[in-house]
Amino acid sequence: MVREGGAAEGLSLLHLARSTRKTGRWGDRLFRLLIRAAALALLGIVLGLVIVMIRAALPSIRAFGWSFLFTSKWDPVAEHFGALPLIYGTIVSAVLALLIAVPLGIGAAVYLSEVAPSWIRPPISFLVELLAAVPSVVYGLWGVFVLAPWLRTQVQPALGSTLGFLPLFQGPPYGVGMLAAGIILAIMVVPFIIAVSREVLLAVPNAQREAALALGATRWETTRLAVLRYARSGLTGAVLLGLGRALGETMAVTMVIGNRPEISASLFAPGYTMASMIANEFAEATSDLYLSALIEVGLLLFVVTVVVNALARLLVWSVGGTVKAVRE
Amino acid sequence: MKARARRIVNTTMGWLTALSAMVVVLPLILILVFLVYQGASTVNLDFFTRLPKPVGEPGGGMANAIVGTLILVGLASCLGLPLGILGGVYLAESQDRRLPWVIRFLADVLNGVPSIVIGIFAYTVVVLPLRRFSALAGGFALAVIMLPIVLRTTEEMVRLVPASLREAALALGIPEWKVILRIVLPTARAGIITGVMVSIARIAGETAPLLFTAFGNRFWHQGLLQPIAALPLQIFAYAIAPYDDWHRQAWAGALVLIVMIFSSSLVARIVTKGRYSGLR
Amino acid sequence: MKGVQVLGKLTGVIFAALLLSVGYGGSVSAQLLMNGAGATFPYPIYSKWFDEYTKVDPSVRFNYQSIGSGGGIRQIRERTVDFGASDGPMTDEQLKQAPGELFHIPTVLGAVVATYNLSGDPRLRFAPDLLADIFLGKITKWNDPRIAEVNPGVALPNQPIIVVHRSDGSGTTYIWTDYLSKVSKEWEQKVGRGTSVNWPVGLGGKGNEGVSGQVKSMPGAIGYVELAYAIKNNLPAPMVRNHAGKFVQPSIQSTTAAAAGAAKNMPSDFRVSLTNPPGDDAYPIASFTWLLVYKDQADAAKGRAMVKFLWWAIHDGQKYMSDLLYAPLPSQVAKEIEGKIRQITYQGKPLLAAR
Repeated sequence: MVREGGAAEGLSLLHLARSTRKTGRWGDRLFRLLIRAAALALLGIVLGLVIVMIRAALPSIRAFGWSFLFTSKWDPVAEHFGALPLIYGTIVSAVLALLIAVPLGIGAAVYLSEVAPSWIRPPISFLVELLAAVPSVVYGLWGVFVLAPWLRTQVQPALGSTLGFLPLFQGPPYGVGMLAAGIILAIMVVPFIIAVSREVLLAVPNAQREAALALGATRWETTRLAVLRYARSGLTGAVLLGLGRALGETMAVTMVIGNRPEISASLFAPGYTMASMIANEFAEATSDLYLSALIEVGLLLFVVTVVVNALARLLVWSVGGTVKAVRE
Repeated sequence: MKARARRIVNTTMGWLTALSAMVVVLPLILILVFLVYQGASTVNLDFFTRLPKPVGEPGGGMANAIVGTLILVGLASCLGLPLGILGGVYLAESQDRRLPWVIRFLADVLNGVPSIVIGIFAYTVVVLPLRRFSALAGGFALAVIMLPIVLRTTEEMVRLVPASLREAALALGIPEWKVILRIVLPTARAGIITGVMVSIARIAGETAPLLFTAFGNRFWHQGLLQPIAALPLQIFAYAIAPYDDWHRQAWAGALVLIVMIFSSSLVARIVTKGRYSGLR
Repeated sequence: MKGVQVLGKLTGVIFAALLLSVGYGGSVSAQLLMNGAGATFPYPIYSKWFDEYTKVDPSVRFNYQSIGSGGGIRQIRERTVDFGASDGPMTDEQLKQAPGELFHIPTVLGAVVATYNLSGDPRLRFAPDLLADIFLGKITKWNDPRIAEVNPGVALPNQPIIVVHRSDGSGTTYIWTDYLSKVSKEWEQKVGRGTSVNWPVGLGGKGNEGVSGQVKSMPGAIGYVELAYAIKNNLPAPMVRNHAGKFVQPSIQSTTAAAAGAAKNMPSDFRVSLTNPPGDDAYPIASFTWLLVYKDQADAAKGRAMVKFLWWAIHDGQKYMSDLLYAPLPSQVAKEIEGKIRQITYQGKPLLAAR
């Protein structure tokens, strides 16, 4: 519509102005109403989500109260539901994922923003973005047919024979289980940590770097003292964002975690997360209380991810970084 | 610390960070290699044109799932794009005082909600009242997922349009709504399209919210109020089954899905390539 | 700029075409789509039936999603599907919760086998208490003396037993736990029977497909699946000692023998358990599987399509089963089912004309 360039621009604008002077006033009002309605629709959707879920989870909340969070039994026959193994499984798989993804992710982010020569940055950032675009079910597919067998035949026996005295590495090598889930989650979460960390690191004012360099610091020392320290809260935010993502991840985890609602000290053991239980059992909850319990699990998941994400954004914002919607 | 020790530490750390970058990229390459290796041989014309065969019989394809995904994405776009773009314009242009902040916050909240929870929402709000699983329910769930992405990207892109352009138009007496519709939006068009393509890439791969909304269908779709097949759903169903032929088809389906998603992202990048050197 | 415009137009055209095809598919298509969901147990034969039936009556298509019996029961209760399928009969409370009277229409007989994955493919046999204790987690190694006792002369590896069960609501689980409850007091007290139970040990797989998939890929695994899944995946279907003390191979004959006793005293709603029956040739872990339909159909066209299919299934459909090792319905049961199908009505009038 509008072509850039002086005279041509002016003329077409003028043309627009003359042709629309009449419809101005109420057009404005209507338009403003329209966009406000769109914004309110979003408000409605989010509120609707919360209300619908609370209403549907009420029977379960009333039946079990706080014990829902602390009981281990998930027994549909006796209609007794306790979400503790799910909470445990969700947290452990997410923490395991972060243990792997955070050092790698922040390391890669540092590389991309501080160390890498400029010709390498675009291809690697491109690959990282592609990694973020791979859908969960494809990761799950790879997890089931490549990762789990590899864990079962090579990694778990090796870990079991060398570090088997630790309760972490005991038990039969299933292949699927907490370890597989943690590794897949780490792969899925790493691109987000890298993207946000990079933003945070880039937001650190150059003056900080220059000051350190002027004092004779090496590049690593500059990074450590001037950049990382300054960006600390932002990086924490990036980590929390990764956590938020890991907590809610469903498909890939469902395919490799073993689907067993049980608390075990071993990483080789099968487990269950809140999201994967909902995925497996939602369409089939045969009683109303069962369905309500599942929705309560969903509500729990919702609350936890919202809190973690809000905290993350706060931290990232405080360093002047931004969490772009596009990246997520 | 001695100077040489510091230099050694410096070089080591440099290499370590480079190593982390390589390690991070490795799984992607592995996955792509596997996809092509396992899936390419099964991706033939049959795969794109035939329906799934009964259990245990080899052959057949995922034609209905591929079309189903395209339809679900199209449906979600019809529902989510107008709301998202208009909402984004609101956030960027409105003079209201408190509402934009609330909306922005809620959009960020919605962005972080796990897609399975959105699936529960869609089940309760669309499937139960209509008493059936439907493409509509699936499209609704996907629209809710894409909404915050489109919203925030549109806001960002509209904000980037230089004030001078706006002011010039307003100074000429053009009413505000025309300024936005005919001048600001077209200028921000490329960026908005990027946001749209990115959100499409995201929802095309979503499985969890479709599990109990679109439900899946072994035949061709039959209208918006019936269950519909979708590529990620079919991949999931085939992956956890024991039949080797289904496994091969799952790989092929994953390959096709990845190609679709990557092309979306690629298009988004190409569109913004030239356009943004000026505005950023 | 130009590229963007071209892209925009192209995308718009594609989407418009797709959405039009959706609308077209909905309105002009003369095909009636019937949606059903439920048991994975009979999925191999149902998918064969639905495929064959499109040749019998091209105006109807049956879309069946095997999400597990629990899902079938739930979805038909919510009326989000036109028919459900389950191999665990609905309980009285579940029937009460449904908005209308639901019929259990038996379609085929199937057997649940204790399939396993051991290198060298040894042919094992199982005793009832053995199965119960393995699934209770009391027997943890394959070379346990109790297993050796029942399998003299077979070389058993010193491998841990990996138990696989269902993670979803399953009629196959119901059949299995019903059987274990009958043969093991401890199982009955600790776990009980149901479509979804609190498993003492094991990994969860989704659907019969998931369990067979897991067993197939993990050496040392044992799981319970419908016979057709074991056969189709080259997994063993071992003999089990029945109530009469004989070791019986799961097969069409032994499944049919299991139903012989029940056929004589069939309850009118067809909800009967066939596990652990008397009889020398009876396989102890067999069951009917049922299609769940409302007595009073909500839609005339769909109701008619449903009863016609049901009639076909219990007569012509029975001949497709031998390949997949499901057993046909005993003839007297089939007669009784005919009577039941005739009771399915639309607005009070039976849908199937008297024959």
